[in-house]
Amino acid sequence: MIGGGLLGLEAARGLQSHGVGVDVVHSGGHLMNAQMGPEGGAVLRRSVEALGIGVHTGSRTTAILGRDKVRGVRLRDKPDLACHMVVVAAGIRPNVDVAVSSGLAVERAIVVDDYMRVQDEEDIYAVGECVQHRGEVYGLVAPLWEQAAVLADQVTGANPTSMYLGSRTATKLKVAGVEVASMGLQGPERDTDEHIVFSEPSRGVFKSIVIRNEKVVGATLLGDSRKVAYLTQAFDRGLPLPEERISLMFDVGGPSEEAGAAELANDAQVCNCNGVSKGKLVDAVRGGFKTVSGVMDATRAGKGCGSCKLMVKQIVEWAADGTVEEEPSATYYVPGIPLDKPALMKAIRDQGLRSVSQVFAALAPGGREDARSKMGLASLMKMMLAGEYIDERDARFVNDRVHANIQRDGTFSVVPQMKGGVTSPQQLRRIADVAEKYRIPMVKLTGGQRIDLLGVPKEDLPKVWADLDMPSGYAYGKSFRTVKTCVGQEFCRFGTGDSTKLGVEIESTFQGIESPAKMKLAVSGCPRNCAESLVKDVGVVAIDGGRWEIYVGGAAGAHIRKGDLLATVDDPETVKLLTGRFMQYYRENANWLERTYAFVPRVGIEHLRSVIVDDAEGLGEQLDAAMQASIEDYVDPWRERADPFTPGQFRTALPLEVLPQVPVRADGQPMPQTEAGREAGDLRVTR
Amino acid sequence: MSTHAATGGHLLGPVDQVPVGEGRAFVVDGDQVAVFRLRDGSLRALSAVCSHRGGPIADGTLDRQEVICPLHQHAFSLDSGCSSTGAGPLRTYHASLDDSGNIVIAFPPG
Repeated sequence: MIGGGLLGLEAARGLQSHGVGVDVVHSGGHLMNAQMGPEGGAVLRRSVEALGIGVHTGSRTTAILGRDKVRGVRLRDKPDLACHMVVVAAGIRPNVDVAVSSGLAVERAIVVDDYMRVQDEEDIYAVGECVQHRGEVYGLVAPLWEQAAVLADQVTGANPTSMYLGSRTATKLKVAGVEVASMGLQGPERDTDEHIVFSEPSRGVFKSIVIRNEKVVGATLLGDSRKVAYLTQAFDRGLPLPEERISLMFDVGGPSEEAGAAELANDAQVCNCNGVSKGKLVDAVRGGFKTVSGVMDATRAGKGCGSCKLMVKQIVEWAADGTVEEEPSATYYVPGIPLDKPALMKAIRDQGLRSVSQVFAALAPGGREDARSKMGLASLMKMMLAGEYIDERDARFVNDRVHANIQRDGTFSVVPQMKGGVTSPQQLRRIADVAEKYRIPMVKLTGGQRIDLLGVPKEDLPKVWADLDMPSGYAYGKSFRTVKTCVGQEFCRFGTGDSTKLGVEIESTFQGIESPAKMKLAVSGCPRNCAESLVKDVGVVAIDGGRWEIYVGGAAGAHIRKGDLLATVDDPETVKLLTGRFMQYYRENANWLERTYAFVPRVGIEHLRSVIVDDAEGLGEQLDAAMQASIEDYVDPWRERADPFTPGQFRTALPLEVLPQVPVRADGQPMPQTEAGREAGDLRVTR
Repeated sequence: MSTHAATGGHLLGPVDQVPVGEGRAFVVDGDQVAVFRLRDGSLRALSAVCSHRGGPIADGTLDRQEVICPLHQHAFSLDSGCSSTGAGPLRTYHASLDDSGNIVIAFPPG
């Protein structure tokens, strides 16, 4: 095979798949030199050679040997190469004979200006592979389309100012079984160009990105095309780039796109909660919505678990083609108050505001109340003010008003506290009695090692809590939820530290602490990690030698992320101290509804380590004191059973629903909903 | 509940049953009605059943303009019952206070 470019390599692979031994002879210093620099070429060479194809770079073919048939090729300054077949794929060269003999300006090809006019000729135009524009000769079809559009504008006079300024070519293809993508510059050209390179030849992976003035101006990706769609968009549209450049090359945890907005099929479902396709989002943009939140409101996309928000944003930006309007509200802590979190907290402190209604009156435009802002403000102010906070219950979401999690039929789920997932026969007996007495339709074990009583009508909540006589497990709030533990040292033959005791202590200390989003914790007794500490907001692992590792920012829900190691410490007291300090820093600095898996990578684990472990900013004492104030302010909300906070707090809101929605079999197992099941349900009517 | 002699509306009893800024559900002549007491003291009333998936509108979060259903966050105008999030509209009722501080609900004409 003569020629080690795109076509040559592809043809070599094709021949090889027909059982032919193949050598590639390439005159360039490295393979695919039109698309990539020498380092990428070297990695590609390894991958190609690993397929069993011989590679001879820097080898110029001077003759094809053989009289009656091919017997080999002669190379300049190298030994002859024997073969039975020669395929030539050495690129294209414009046939410019006609142009030259006509006296047109020809260098490598016919020289044209930005109007596609041949140099020094008023009335002769040229487009395509035969032209040279600003020194470039293109061999791809895409630039030709762009040139043709300008030519049409010029010759018809439709738009005399129409100009061709050159094409930015991006190619993505599989060459000889290796994914290759290349766009723009192969490498840096100016001193100020940023060049980011990752090379892992053993896996055939090579990535190079050139950035100029905060824009991607070139990229080469070999062997791993996962970020190609994103980079192509960034290259084509000059998208703003993440500060952490590594995320241009890899998905480094946290929310990430799975496929590029442009590549996604029109009917592909983007929001898997509310069933919104890419096409619906595009329609909304075409229909006039110019902001991401406007499209989200109109389509309901991203209004479920929220894990698709980034993708929705990318599709909207793609569909609007650069006309997306900036949303200043993106930086607001809550949509109805035009302040980011630090400014909002400062204003609340400076003006001595103590309730959500006072915040609206003082800080919202026109003093305008905003239902969508209430919950976030209530949580923030409780965190900031603890006992000084004036608790207006209308600012809370219904879950936080009735201390239970609302279900699809308007009933609630009741999860009593079960610290560290440790229970007792007495507790279990009480729970069983309650489940029977109130005909609880479903009793279920939660992921956080508690017991969930589902389908409890609101009006039964106080009685259920009274009979349980256990504190709330907070399985409904944006708050500290639970600490999962493993069997632990007492019984497990592998246990290295008393993890169960520590888990129970952590839960006792931080129970009910409100936060920008829920916090799920775990403590494992050894590195086998049976409590899954690596995927928790805070996860603790006992390791040999009586030491403890603390991980933060892990997740295994809508997103998967392994937590970052915050510190390895010597005793459980330090674990508790740093856990509290981390949670307080998160409470004070995270955006509303921003889980730790997004917060930790956003601020960076090094920064967190310096603030929380090394106390580099001298904030430690202050954070500890603020957390302590919240801890001391804790009251079990289920105590309100005896003394409701508001009139009708536990009055039913949906009187005429068929209950239970999950019909119950005689054996206590839920059964599929049928007409018979519906008839078996109680009909409850309010009075 | 009784029919209000003077207005022809339905009397639901003292306004204190509904905390400021919240809603409560009532049965009015066979209809499920969510009555809201805004922070400015005025009352609004909408159908208590969300048009989307039957959620309890009276458990929603509200401001002066809208109530948001707790199940899937659909928003409805407290004045017109129309949804700003694409759900079907909710029936509206006329809610007012009589001289003794009782809630009076009147059905809209038609």
